Amino acid sequence: MVTKQISIFLENKRGRINDVTKVLAANGINMDAFCIAETSDFGLMRLIVQEVDRAVEVLRSADFAVIVTDVVNIRCRNVPGALSSVLEKLAGQDIFIEYMYAFSRSETADVIIKPNNLEECIRILDGLSLDNR
Amino acid sequence: MSRDEMMDLQGKRLHKLVELVYHHVPFYRDKMQALDITPEDIRTIEDITRLPFTTKQDLRDNYPLGLQAAAQSEIVRIHASSGTTGNPTIVGYTGRDIEIWKEVAARCLTAYGVTRNDIFSVGYGYGLFTGGLGVHNGVEYVGASVVPTSTGNTEKHLRLLRDLKITGIACTPSYALYLAEAMDKAGMTKDDICLRIGAFGAEPWTENMRREIEDRLGLQAYNIYGLSEIMGPGVSYECECKDGSHICEDHFYPEIINPDTLEPLGRGQTGELVFTTLTKTGMPLLRYRTKDLTSLMEGDCPCGRTSVRMTRIIGRSDDMLIIRGINVFPSQVESVILEMPEFEPRYMLVVDRVNNLDTLQVQVEVRKDYFSDEIGVMLQLKRRLSDRLKSILSISADVKLMEPNSIPRSEGKSVRIQDRRQLK
Ligand SMILES: [Zn+2]
Repeated sequence: MVTKQISIFLENKRGRINDVTKVLAANGINMDAFCIAETSDFGLMRLIVQEVDRAVEVLRSADFAVIVTDVVNIRCRNVPGALSSVLEKLAGQDIFIEYMYAFSRSETADVIIKPNNLEECIRILDGLSLDNR
Repeated sequence: MSRDEMMDLQGKRLHKLVELVYHHVPFYRDKMQALDITPEDIRTIEDITRLPFTTKQDLRDNYPLGLQAAAQSEIVRIHASSGTTGNPTIVGYTGRDIEIWKEVAARCLTAYGVTRNDIFSVGYGYGLFTGGLGVHNGVEYVGASVVPTSTGNTEKHLRLLRDLKITGIACTPSYALYLAEAMDKAGMTKDDICLRIGAFGAEPWTENMRREIEDRLGLQAYNIYGLSEIMGPGVSYECECKDGSHICEDHFYPEIINPDTLEPLGRGQTGELVFTTLTKTGMPLLRYRTKDLTSLMEGDCPCGRTSVRMTRIIGRSDDMLIIRGINVFPSQVESVILEMPEFEPRYMLVVDRVNNLDTLQVQVEVRKDYFSDEIGVMLQLKRRLSDRLKSILSISADVKLMEPNSIPRSEGKSVRIQDRRQLK
């Protein structure tokens, strides 16, 4: 399914990630997952939270550069090979993945992917039966 | 007037001017003697490069009347420009100066299309500032009806514009936009007023501002340039082509110099604008450095006027940086950043010297709600900005993307530059 991801532009300096988590904590916003991509002088922190609008609001008012992007959240069984078969299907249909990260909760695993073609990716995933995942 | 005739006239006037200041202004006589030149050495306009420069500091040092050439009994008016630091600049005008000023101001207004049938509102400040009285006298000289509205009472100004069916206006471009704002609030549109001509100056403005002013006030907007040390409004003006401002060069001789080496620069090259007041008798100035950065344009204007044109003022020479021997103006960086919506219009230039080589870092803030969450796209954006900067500045700059509000806010321009070379 399509889900909203929050991306924050951060300068590469000590304590910036902690600044983000502090703002969220102070507002009682829980992070389901996050990942960080960095270069020598800046980084991008990507977050999955339940309350997207409120998170954006509190982060922007704390002067963070924040945008919201649509990404695909794939839920699959938390067993070896489950993700691999999904990714194989996507690759077979020429879906290129810009980036991905995952988090698991005992029975299931959630994988966040940013495909180069969101609609096409969703169409392919909808065609897969849950058993295939 | 042909170029040869103009240069001949300028040369004759320059000779007379040099005689005047040599005999009546000790400051200039001392400077010329130090350079071992006498008025006899200055015969043609080309000889001007042998003469000394005059700076704002010279005016301050000779406060209040040290550079005045005329006897006090000949002075009929005194203006003063406020300096944010130090002494104000005092300028005394003889009756003849005022006559010339009226005539050049009228030249500007006539070029905009003002005639005796116009009703013209002067929305510049009256008083010690030259804007109000300078344009006022020009309007009277043309024979149009002048309305000395001055600044301050916007509500009354709007009422007069509407009720008197005022057709022309002079004010700062930012005040013009303020008037448009006030008009909106009062529920008025440009159809409620009859403005057709606007003369705007006394501060830098852009082509975008021109479009907005023309659009919202329903008039043709023209630049008027001047500075009180030289005369006041009327030094140069745009014609109907709106492509550069024609300089009244029979009275104000322009040069462009490299502000660092003081070498004269050719047509088309950007540098500091320098004026010599060829005909002034109250407080004439030789090669006065305006600190305004512009260039003199090549080629003739389609309007038929043969007087030389200057381009828009792009900044102040005080802000110039010399990096690896290349002149860099913060305004150039600013113009590039303003073109790219991904950035806040805020930047910091950090100049340093690493292994004996100057480095330039341009720090720019990413907009709060407008960037990409893909590293590749962000790196591309960084690359696009540095490529643009390189083509404009002719030196490469290291771009550093910054978070919003990480660059200190301030009114002054100097804080946009950190030159760490001087600290070592
Ligand atoms: Zn012209």
